[in-house]
Amino acid sequence: MTTLDPPYLHPEYRSTVLRSPGKALVMPPAGMTELTGPKFGAGDVRDTDADLTMHGNGEPIGERIIVHGRVTDSQGRPLRASLIELWQANSAGRYIHQGDQHPAPLDPNFVGAGRVLTDDDGHYRFVTVKPGPYPWRNHDNAWRPAHIHFSLFGRAFTQRLVTQMYFPGDPLFYQDPIFNAIRDEKARQRLVSAYDHSATRAEWATGYRFDIVLGGADATPMED
Amino acid sequence: MTRTTSTMTPSQTVGPFFHYALPYDAGSRLVAGDAPGAIRLAGVVLDGDGAPVPDALVEIWHADTDGKFPEQPGIYDEPTGFRGFGRCPTDADGRYEFVTVKPAGVPTADGDAQAPHIAMTVFARGMLRQVVTRVYFDDEPAANETDPLLRQVDPDRVGTLVAARAEGGYRFDVHMQGDRETVFLDVFGR
Repeated sequence: MTTLDPPYLHPEYRSTVLRSPGKALVMPPAGMTELTGPKFGAGDVRDTDADLTMHGNGEPIGERIIVHGRVTDSQGRPLRASLIELWQANSAGRYIHQGDQHPAPLDPNFVGAGRVLTDDDGHYRFVTVKPGPYPWRNHDNAWRPAHIHFSLFGRAFTQRLVTQMYFPGDPLFYQDPIFNAIRDEKARQRLVSAYDHSATRAEWATGYRFDIVLGGADATPMED
Repeated sequence: MTRTTSTMTPSQTVGPFFHYALPYDAGSRLVAGDAPGAIRLAGVVLDGDGAPVPDALVEIWHADTDGKFPEQPGIYDEPTGFRGFGRCPTDADGRYEFVTVKPAGVPTADGDAQAPHIAMTVFARGMLRQVVTRVYFDDEPAANETDPLLRQVDPDRVGTLVAARAEGGYRFDVHMQGDRETVFLDVFGR
């Protein structure tokens, strides 16, 4: 284990205290169970799954954005036909989840869940509205920076990655124990998307770029 | 093993609000419920106080009864054969349940025999990255005795990796922390 990932125990994020293993991890002999994983195809996603603004009777409220990037292994090789699952709060910082008690409005035209498959170059693209920050009870006057949740598979079950994409210049970073649990500054910054004017579409939506690099390449059989 | 981590994307917690995005109806079924040889794999996820974790997401991946992994793409539809991948959120009592088949043993990359097992991953609020473990079976004592991973684990903790026979299949509880902490694996290559 390296300093790439946050530790299991990070007391500033209080919920880790009872949910973090205390004993050392054991490295198993690599076998097919660790080197394989589910495969995905066109049947897993509909075209509309990559546009989170299309699932109501009208346009959701908020700043329309395009998020795109490439998913590669740690040697830069594209991960093709790889499934990405997304979820996020609406532009007011409210999730359409019964457990979310933030007194901000739900948007009848926004669910905030999507799916997309990477193309032959490992590229993905989806359209949404920029999520708002939201309060939580971890510490006094605690607010999560605006973020989009990503779930990725890679080629192997053990390459599974669940992470969060943030937005550049968010003033809430300094007080967020989840973001700051990643000790390495450079690794932390890799979760911050970049404004991408080349992806911005005139008179329609601004663009952000978020590239994702999955691990396990050295232990994973290549398809090509 | 060389580990190239300098460009990799770090993990963040799945958080409390994944339920409208990740679980899906067929997620807990790796085979149809009436498929020949179908078994139930069920249990609870518990925190360091022994309290149920009601907002975890459990995923499994394993070989079929012949030791083969499925090639057929797709995870969301009802399985027509054996799918290999399953996903189940825990309920208010921390319970998860899958319908699957008992896998045959698959060898290590070096060709050593391994006992039948299922790879299991748990995500949850309060976990900044997932844990991964293996589910072995208590009615495979001979195979378990010579399994390379089980031989490597502290004998006092081997039991945390072994599912017990239960009605319709097997029971496997995950203890996140404490005296009965499940053995978790470093499989990330990161």
